[in-house]
Amino acid sequence: MMASVYNAKDEDGHISVSGPSGGSAAAMRGKRPENTAFKQQRLPAWQPILTAGTVLPAFFIIGLIFIPIGIGLYVTSNNIKEFEIDYTGVDMSSPCFNCSQNLSWNSSRPCTCSIPFHLDQPYENNVFMYYGLSNFYQNHRRYVKSRDDSQLNGDLDALTKPSKECEPYAYHENKPIAPCGAIANSMFNDTLEIFYHDPNGTRVPVPLTSTGIAWWADKHVKFRNPSENLNLTAAFQGTTKPVNWRRPVYEMDSDPHNNGFINEDFIVWMRTAALPTFRKLYRIISKKDNMVPTLQRGNYTLEVVYNYPVRSFDGRKRMILSTISWMGGKNPFLGIAYITVGSVCFFLGVVLLIIHHKYGNRNNSANNSN
Amino acid sequence: MKWRNPVDLVRDALRGQRARDKDLRNLVSNLPYEGLEKSKQPNRHFPGNAIKTTKYTLLLFIPVNLFEQFHRMANLYFVGLAILNFVPVVNAFQPEVALIPICAILSLTALKDAWEDFRRYQSDRKLNNTPCLIYSRKEVGFIERCWKDVRVGDFVKVVCNEIVPADLLLLYTADPDGVCLIETANLDGESNLKQRRVVPGLCISDPRFEPESFNGIVVCEKPNNNLNHFKCYVERPDEEKVGAGLESLLLRGCTVRNTDHAVGFVVYAGHETKSMLNNGGPRYKRSRLERRLNVDVIFCVILLFAMCIVAAVGHCLWLQAVPGVPPYLVPDSAGRLDSPALSGFYMFFTMIILLQVLIPISLYVSIELVKIGQIFFITNDIDLYDEGTDSGMQCKALNITEDLGQVQYIFSDKTGTLTENKMVFRRCSIMGVEYPHKENAIRLNVLEEAESEEEIIFNQPPRTGWSMDFENSEPEGRHHHHHHHGSRRKSKVSGQGQKDVAFSSPLETDVIPDRKLLQQISRSQEKDPYLDFFLALAICNTVVVSMATARRRRASWFSPSGRTNNPLETVSTLVKKVGSLFTSGQKPIHQHLTVSKSDMVIEEDDLSSEGIREKTEDLDGLETCSLHAASPSHKESAASDNLRYEAESPDEAALVYAAKAYGFTLLARTPDSVTVRLPSGKDLVFELVDTLAFDSNRKRMSVLVRHPITREYVLYTKGADYAIMELLGTPYAEHFSGSEKNIASDTQHHLDCYAKEGLRTLCITKKVVSDKEYMSWSLQRQRALAAIEQREELVMETAVQLETNLSLLGATGVEDRLQENVPDTIIALREAGIQVWVLTGDKPETAVNIGYACRLLEEEDLVINMSCKNKAVCTSILDCTLEEVRRYDENPQNVDTTPNISLVIDGRTLVMALSPDLENRFVDLTKRCRSVLCCRVTPLQKSKVVKVVREKLKVMTLAVGDGANDVNMIQAADIGIGISGQEGMQAVMASDFAISRFKHLKKLLLVHGHWCYTRLANMIIYFFYKNVAYVNLLFWYQFFCGFSGTAMIDYWLMIFFNLFFTSVPPIMYGIMDKDVSAEILLGLPELYRTGQGTGEYNFFTFWISILDAFYQSLVCFFIPYLVYVDSDVGLFTFGTPLNTVSLFTILLHLSIEIKSWTVVHWIIQVGSVALYFIVTLAYSAICITCNPPSNPYWILQSQMADPMFYLICIITTVVALLPRYMFHVIKNSIAPSPLIQAKLLDRLDPSARERCIREWRSFRGGVHLEDSRSSTPPSPALEIPVEMYTKSTGAAELMEDEFVLNVITDNYLRHNGPGT
Repeated sequence: MMASVYNAKDEDGHISVSGPSGGSAAAMRGKRPENTAFKQQRLPAWQPILTAGTVLPAFFIIGLIFIPIGIGLYVTSNNIKEFEIDYTGVDMSSPCFNCSQNLSWNSSRPCTCSIPFHLDQPYENNVFMYYGLSNFYQNHRRYVKSRDDSQLNGDLDALTKPSKECEPYAYHENKPIAPCGAIANSMFNDTLEIFYHDPNGTRVPVPLTSTGIAWWADKHVKFRNPSENLNLTAAFQGTTKPVNWRRPVYEMDSDPHNNGFINEDFIVWMRTAALPTFRKLYRIISKKDNMVPTLQRGNYTLEVVYNYPVRSFDGRKRMILSTISWMGGKNPFLGIAYITVGSVCFFLGVVLLIIHHKYGNRNNSANNSN
Repeated sequence: MKWRNPVDLVRDALRGQRARDKDLRNLVSNLPYEGLEKSKQPNRHFPGNAIKTTKYTLLLFIPVNLFEQFHRMANLYFVGLAILNFVPVVNAFQPEVALIPICAILSLTALKDAWEDFRRYQSDRKLNNTPCLIYSRKEVGFIERCWKDVRVGDFVKVVCNEIVPADLLLLYTADPDGVCLIETANLDGESNLKQRRVVPGLCISDPRFEPESFNGIVVCEKPNNNLNHFKCYVERPDEEKVGAGLESLLLRGCTVRNTDHAVGFVVYAGHETKSMLNNGGPRYKRSRLERRLNVDVIFCVILLFAMCIVAAVGHCLWLQAVPGVPPYLVPDSAGRLDSPALSGFYMFFTMIILLQVLIPISLYVSIELVKIGQIFFITNDIDLYDEGTDSGMQCKALNITEDLGQVQYIFSDKTGTLTENKMVFRRCSIMGVEYPHKENAIRLNVLEEAESEEEIIFNQPPRTGWSMDFENSEPEGRHHHHHHHGSRRKSKVSGQGQKDVAFSSPLETDVIPDRKLLQQISRSQEKDPYLDFFLALAICNTVVVSMATARRRRASWFSPSGRTNNPLETVSTLVKKVGSLFTSGQKPIHQHLTVSKSDMVIEEDDLSSEGIREKTEDLDGLETCSLHAASPSHKESAASDNLRYEAESPDEAALVYAAKAYGFTLLARTPDSVTVRLPSGKDLVFELVDTLAFDSNRKRMSVLVRHPITREYVLYTKGADYAIMELLGTPYAEHFSGSEKNIASDTQHHLDCYAKEGLRTLCITKKVVSDKEYMSWSLQRQRALAAIEQREELVMETAVQLETNLSLLGATGVEDRLQENVPDTIIALREAGIQVWVLTGDKPETAVNIGYACRLLEEEDLVINMSCKNKAVCTSILDCTLEEVRRYDENPQNVDTTPNISLVIDGRTLVMALSPDLENRFVDLTKRCRSVLCCRVTPLQKSKVVKVVREKLKVMTLAVGDGANDVNMIQAADIGIGISGQEGMQAVMASDFAISRFKHLKKLLLVHGHWCYTRLANMIIYFFYKNVAYVNLLFWYQFFCGFSGTAMIDYWLMIFFNLFFTSVPPIMYGIMDKDVSAEILLGLPELYRTGQGTGEYNFFTFWISILDAFYQSLVCFFIPYLVYVDSDVGLFTFGTPLNTVSLFTILLHLSIEIKSWTVVHWIIQVGSVALYFIVTLAYSAICITCNPPSNPYWILQSQMADPMFYLICIITTVVALLPRYMFHVIKNSIAPSPLIQAKLLDRLDPSARERCIREWRSFRGGVHLEDSRSSTPPSPALEIPVEMYTKSTGAAELMEDEFVLNVITDNYLRHNGPGT
């Protein structure tokens, strides 16, 4: 009657020729919604209400669980023995000072230095020997990418044609580099040895195991030499060693099962560290027998073949000896954290108890009384 | 096709362009040119009838779709990032990986677009290939072609029940009167029949129509999208112009009804047809939440830039601090290293790529998904389903569901929205004498109760379908006969069966005549105001008469078979029609008055036998002058009971039915004549000279007829009292001279009483136009009709010219009952903090009465009545009222005693109040009023009010209405709600949501609105939190990798993290979380207030969650960091626990926020964690070298073998979530929000809950206790004493002993004297 504005529209912008189309009222005809719990949003539901009264037990339980865990962790961590020695040679007094000066990647003459140290306690069980680098940003974006996993996996094509990611460490003098990339190129190449000074004065070399330091999966699946036969020299024919390396990859170790890409030192290095100060497993000092501790209390010497330059990044080099537990290396933090959080929860539980007593009743009475 | 000179082609194309752009088009028939090549065709410039609504073609789909998609900012952002990643110096991921998100989004969208386009293509093809009949000169007849073959200038024949293929100028119909009835349900949803007539003077309707004889030029205007206007004239060879308008236009998409066939000349085809021009895209509105959200997205962008700048500067400084060239700095391929500054610059972009997730692009996709889910639940709510109309809730706008939870102002129409809009004739006043129709009122009361009782029993599924209707027509017809003397039960059955026919349920159509009035009629003579009054009721309208047997199918329900012009079907239709006529013919004759076994029957027999007998005999001789010489045979009179009236407005139908009850039966209406049966059984055929249609400016309509007996031109006018009273001239008849002066004032008095009772009033007048007067007027009229320029104005002017010096016959009062539960709903909405405004076109008295009935106004309210004639008065009233109200508000003593203030304002005052200088004061006043009632407002004013309030107060507005007059308002408001009621579908078409009853608004807003809003708001906050918390992990790591942009998590896992592991829980949360149950929300409307204004998603909640995200990311990063510091941890070995911890934190954070856990919640939450481990484990087991530089091989496996991993996960998650958990606990314990308190109520058993709710309402809401009786509202409107209005104002006056606010400055009862 008083039509002023028509808005003749169908949803599709069409006149509906046959059948109901979505927009018209008639389309709903006969479409009584189903009376199901889901469609009527009446599914049975658990409706927790977070009030002091209901969550009280949770806080005490958390406190009761966390504090023992924390104590356990703390004790475990404290039982781990760890010894660390910095052999960078920054101080004039340091035995490695001379070596650290004027060192570059290409210096041909090996520089050695030996650092004496003393262990106050005997080290039981297997002792892990780490080298530690600080201020080394192995996690730099472009550094992390600078590798070719296919090549390391033994792919023959990738061996001769390293991926672009390896640039500029892919080719050297028109020969493909194996292993290519910046990570491999900057591999840690100090040699560390430990000598035990017998109380009677003889220097006994501590036996260091260089296998078993890499992850099993890395050693057996991820890293592979280009050919299964043991003549690695032939397999790496036509490639050249990384620029900073002194020896080609196929001369890493005399053991054919620890040579080439599956050299464990190499594998360990290739697993790039997450943080700029890191340690990497270098050797394992295996337990001899149950009677004698692996490393006795006494004087030792660390013999270093000092090859790795760290001055360019203000880095430090360390050697770490550590026993190990189920929780890994020494780290008191987690234990303390658990104890703290457990105590805080306990405290909060008490606070909530008070709150509950003060307000909980009021709420209930407000809702239930009258 | 012959080769043509390209220059010609270009020239022709240019000419075509000009022809299309011209304001007037000259169209000629195509027939003389039939068979000629295209370049010779006169109408070749105009598009054909084939339509193409698809956006894409098969070949160009990909480029065009991509182009479309790149118009969206979000996609551009993604693409920009992807491109950035291809720049070697800045790339953070491998370029290919960075393409994944954008490709996923683009291809998903493309798939959706392609599917939609394919559907459009299919329906286009179907439409284009629909058969139709086009005249061919070769075949000398109409041959069947497709819609797409129709061209401008063709002659198209449309058979009954067929759809019109193009806009046709109607030239010929099978109907001898040149009438064609159409149904426009496809266009505007109005299901009543509309009459179209052939262009006068052209129709050579000799036995059959000869298109070849048509040799005029059709001059029509340029195509436009106005469905209500069409201007055109036909220039005949003799240069005479014949005007034609909308009344001769068959619009594409309409359906021809009740007319055997019609032939039309195609004026517009294809995309130029009015219906196609009206097809806009779907409605798009932006919700307030989304606008707010965009601001926060900008905050995120700023945050992102800040973080990137920090990283860029950090990188630069870090590089400068490096003393030499360390081995971990990788030079470019040429062996050079960039300078620190340049590297820092590059780093900025790298970081943008790395931290891109901070901009929650996936949020937009998630929001759309969530809204689809929310709409699914809203539309499936059984409580929003109306049995009566069998319609549920419709959501037309898909993206403003959450606005429903923030509404602050509701603007409601009255008629049809608050009320049923099923008009019932209640009272009338003739010649100053009131006839109260008491029996009728009693019957209505009884019936109403009965209706509610029997509602459940008689819920038959509505019958649908064409063939069924015919089979059912006979038994139904019989029911119809019975229902007068049969039980109420039976009438109810037939009422249900006929539900789909407009305004014809027995409740509305039956009127028990007033005894006094019947006697009066029986005494009446030939020239009598009583006869004239009922004749006017029967004649002065645009009601279309249709037979019950010729029931038509509903617009949207015809099957494809019904569309084909199957001749068999038409024949069978005719046979059945005739058959039913015969069967019904055996029924008794005088049914219309055999209401009960009372003495009324006798009276009426008296009346028919004596009173009018002599007159009808006089008439006998005149009958032959009409084409429709209807003799009162048995058959016909029986058929009269089968009559069904289809009116554009329910008032008209109510009046016609009322006239019928008194024996004045409208039998037929053609463009040229109206046939009315008198109580005597004689049929009177009036020559219909002209109809001056209703318009909202004149507020009246008139019909000019030629009286068959007196041969006088008689003008019957009916209209709103204020529109009529000014125009009164000579009083009706001399023999009433004694009381003549009082007729007008008496009638006005009755009108006022009616209005106070809440009845809708109309004045009925008559005017005899002398032949001379008519002649001069008709000339003007003709000229006006033929005009192309300013035609509407001219036509209206002529109408106004004629409608003067009217003689008042009487007035009618039609009742419009309140819908069920309206008062309850309004109280609930008000408690919910929503201001309710009612905007109505009714008189203030009617409006105020309805206002009280629906509890919009309370008796203890202070009602300010504003109505003034000029602006100065208006200003001063506004000022002093405002002053009083302010003073009152500020007085602290009044806090408890403040009566609520309500404002009643009329349209004229509203215009002044809304003028720019008073606007602010008015808005300020209304802000302090609890409810506002605007009377006598026009559709435009309605939308103006909405706009002013919306813009001035910056509030969320909702407009609800049901008719075409509400369309403006619905579109102006933030949320438009249409009620699919009696007045067609225009409001629904324009609305965002369509409901069927006003009461549904309560659940829609209080429950669904609240849920949608809280769900979405919380989901969005959570989404921001999630992204920030995750991305910050990467950011903190930059401090330990020299700001080099390294990610310690594998790229794929990062993408999966957002794509699979953490995307479903928030979406599920946004769709299904339920903070408080529906019962409590309905019981405590006050809870709705939490969403209003800024609601739960505001500046603070956003930033608190961002801060929480920072805290959590710090915890998630630094606890693992401190555990792993100075150890042999590898890059991804470090990242894996971070990723896992982050997953746990993010999911458990959501768990804290989830208010109710259903099975779905558990499955999705646990499933997400499981999915994370399964996918990550599988990925790190399979991928040895598949994704070069980054390589997570076996890392999660080795981590999961390490107890430290679990210890880290546990403590980090606990520490990260502890503050939020504590915050919630302490807040809920010490100062629980209303929502939490309500939730506590949920746990009580029903009876205790009921008690608590009641208590709460009385205790907290500040709502007076007596409101709780709202569940049983007083029976509205029916028998509200006239005193109620006065009583209530009296109550208000009692309270305002010290301050009087009831400023009634003006009375509406102007023009008491009969004319000036």
